[in-house]
Amino acid sequence: MVTPSSAALTATRRWPPSQWIAAALALCVLAPVLVLTALALSGETGHWLNLLHNVLPVSLSNTVLLLLGVGILSALIGGGSAWLTTAYLFPTRRLVTWGLLLPLAVPTYIMAFAYLDVLHPLGPIQTLIRDLLGYDSPRQFRLPDLRSMAGAIMLLGLVLYPYVYLSVRVMFMTQAASLLEAARTLGCSRREAFWRVVVPLARPAMAVGLSLVLLETLNDVGASEFLGIQTMTISIYTTWITRSNLQGAAQIAIVMLAVVTLLIYMERHARRRQRYAITQRMHPIQPVQLRGIAAVVAMLLGWFPIITGFIIPFWFLVNESIKRLSSLQAVSMELLRATYNTISVSLAATVVTICCGLIIAWSARHARSSTARLLARCSSLGYAIPGTVLATGLLIPYSWFDQLISGVMNALAGIPPQLYIMGSAAGIVCAYTLRFMAISVGSIESGLARIPPSLEQASRSLGHTAFRSFLRVHFPLLRPALGAAALLIFVDAMKELSATLLLRPLNFETLSTWLYAEAARGTYDEGAIAALIIVFAGLIPVILLARTQLKANY
Amino acid sequence: MHATPILQINDIRLGYKQDRQMKVVVDGYTMQVPAGEIVCLLGPSGCGKTTVLRAIAGFEPVYAGQILLDGQVIAEPGRMVEPEHRRIGMMFQDYALFPHLTIEQNVAFGLRRQPQQVRRQRVDELLELVRLSDLRDRYPHELSGGQQQRIALVRSLAPSPKLLLLDEAFSNLDTEIRRQLVVEVRSILKYSGISAILVTHNMEEAEAIADHIGMMKDGKLQAWRRMDKTPTQ
Repeated sequence: MVTPSSAALTATRRWPPSQWIAAALALCVLAPVLVLTALALSGETGHWLNLLHNVLPVSLSNTVLLLLGVGILSALIGGGSAWLTTAYLFPTRRLVTWGLLLPLAVPTYIMAFAYLDVLHPLGPIQTLIRDLLGYDSPRQFRLPDLRSMAGAIMLLGLVLYPYVYLSVRVMFMTQAASLLEAARTLGCSRREAFWRVVVPLARPAMAVGLSLVLLETLNDVGASEFLGIQTMTISIYTTWITRSNLQGAAQIAIVMLAVVTLLIYMERHARRRQRYAITQRMHPIQPVQLRGIAAVVAMLLGWFPIITGFIIPFWFLVNESIKRLSSLQAVSMELLRATYNTISVSLAATVVTICCGLIIAWSARHARSSTARLLARCSSLGYAIPGTVLATGLLIPYSWFDQLISGVMNALAGIPPQLYIMGSAAGIVCAYTLRFMAISVGSIESGLARIPPSLEQASRSLGHTAFRSFLRVHFPLLRPALGAAALLIFVDAMKELSATLLLRPLNFETLSTWLYAEAARGTYDEGAIAALIIVFAGLIPVILLARTQLKANY
Repeated sequence: MHATPILQINDIRLGYKQDRQMKVVVDGYTMQVPAGEIVCLLGPSGCGKTTVLRAIAGFEPVYAGQILLDGQVIAEPGRMVEPEHRRIGMMFQDYALFPHLTIEQNVAFGLRRQPQQVRRQRVDELLELVRLSDLRDRYPHELSGGQQQRIALVRSLAPSPKLLLLDEAFSNLDTEIRRQLVVEVRSILKYSGISAILVTHNMEEAEAIADHIGMMKDGKLQAWRRMDKTPTQ
């Protein structure tokens, strides 16, 4: 005889445990923003006036100018190269299509680090130009100084355009062909169709790519520092590090958050009402075969961003590293330790971020309320908060936490007070987690979306609990999505500079802070080796991206 | 039958180049479309029927033979009239409505060179024809599949093409709506006196709409059947 189990009837809980955790995580992301707001408001009005008169005019206008310049440049390079590689056939097109992604592997500060040396008045390129022109001293001929707004715009634009290239190109591949043909049958010439259909069609994708470019530009601390551009990020950094004025830093950070909000609003605005249907039968645009001069011009245009954005800095780093290694025979202990630190911190951050992402995405999928979905959105906000701003906002919560734990440990075990978070790498790991949560939540959510609910229902009806169903059904199916997300997070963590600079404990160097310190001191010892390791790591996701994103291209 | 066919295809070869080798999709294909009549090309997927349609529209080059529209050569090896100068309309399987333009702007897209007065009148008339005038300010994604299909039809009719090509134009619709629309499209085409070529793999659809049915297989025309239709009304 079968007796009904007493556990058969359980109350339907409104908030399952996963949702509580998701809520806590969302709060962690919002905490720095709240703390910054409170700090900024608590500052005296005198501080605000000082900010208004002395700091903002320069740093805000510099930041806006930089954003504008980098935005225009990367829209031109990214959008132009996306069109070039979809609409025209020219020699080496396939290689160019792929190669245009390579600059993604070069972080902005490494770009600046490399070019300052490459374009140095006594460096290889200027020497070559002088030799060609017959001058023999930098006093007779030199290129304009790279340490200028124009130089910064050029360098940032050359490594950030791939975000625009990627999103616009995918748009062209999936949407443009039949619309372009429709325009032709309605009497448009190729040129008219470009302006009337292709350009307006590219706008939403352009907005998505550009918003990423601009957020990266805001996030940059290294390149602006090396090139001497007083941006808001730099102002926050110096206000806190050199003047120990946390309130002042918080006030600038709040203004920066306003800029971020404006950027995101502009992106949403540009995409409004434009929900494009995915067409069933996708065929790529019939490319036009270019010949003669036109083919050569197209080839040069296609290769220019690859050469300047990747090949030159890469070649420089390899060259410097080889020189260094052959003269030293070995790398220093410090560099090895920095590499070890970087890898362990990045690995820890990857594991934590993926686990948190799983919980948040899972609870958003199963929530009956819209609260969980809202929580998922909130926990993904970190990607938009520039690293320096995030770090500034975390300083106070970290010290509260340290005091709390110290108090407890002291009372319970008599351990003298110490810095548990600020004194260890835990603070960096937390910051990375908050900043890269969007990658984790986003890719896991889209991975889960591809798993039909019927699979879970089947598993439940076959007697598995929700958790067991997850382990047996969803987890194996999610593995590719998890792998890709983990890789992206790991590499982003390896590259991270702005938050790491502010949050690292004393005498704790990662590859990026090591490079930063060397470049700031003007000593070019082993920086190139550190940079090369970061670039090599960055190449892995680029290759992966090229394989998945550009597949539609034959 | 009329004296001169609106479209004449003489012994054409179509295909594409892959790794420097020619892959022939359609070869030795000949067909005529009598003026004012509707021809349906029927065949399994991969038989080359869409390739023929795209060659007529001007998106595929011809490697042998000729295509004549209204007695004039529009495509032969090494030479082709650009699609925008052919006066051949096309309706796409996915409708290809411009997502960034309203319904009205979509329909007016091909009328740009006309004076505004004429353009407005023509758009009104066409929207009236498919009874969708009140949707003129909507965007394509806000319309149902059947409505999008009607808009795609009138958009391609707007510039008064000499010939209309319909590429699997009904295949994304439910059976019920499809039956209705097939009848509606036939009467609109007959009313406007426009010749048309429809490509489909659905026999029922072909019989409902066509005056002639061409059966295709492996890039060749296998059979040609004239449908006996008593004139409507």
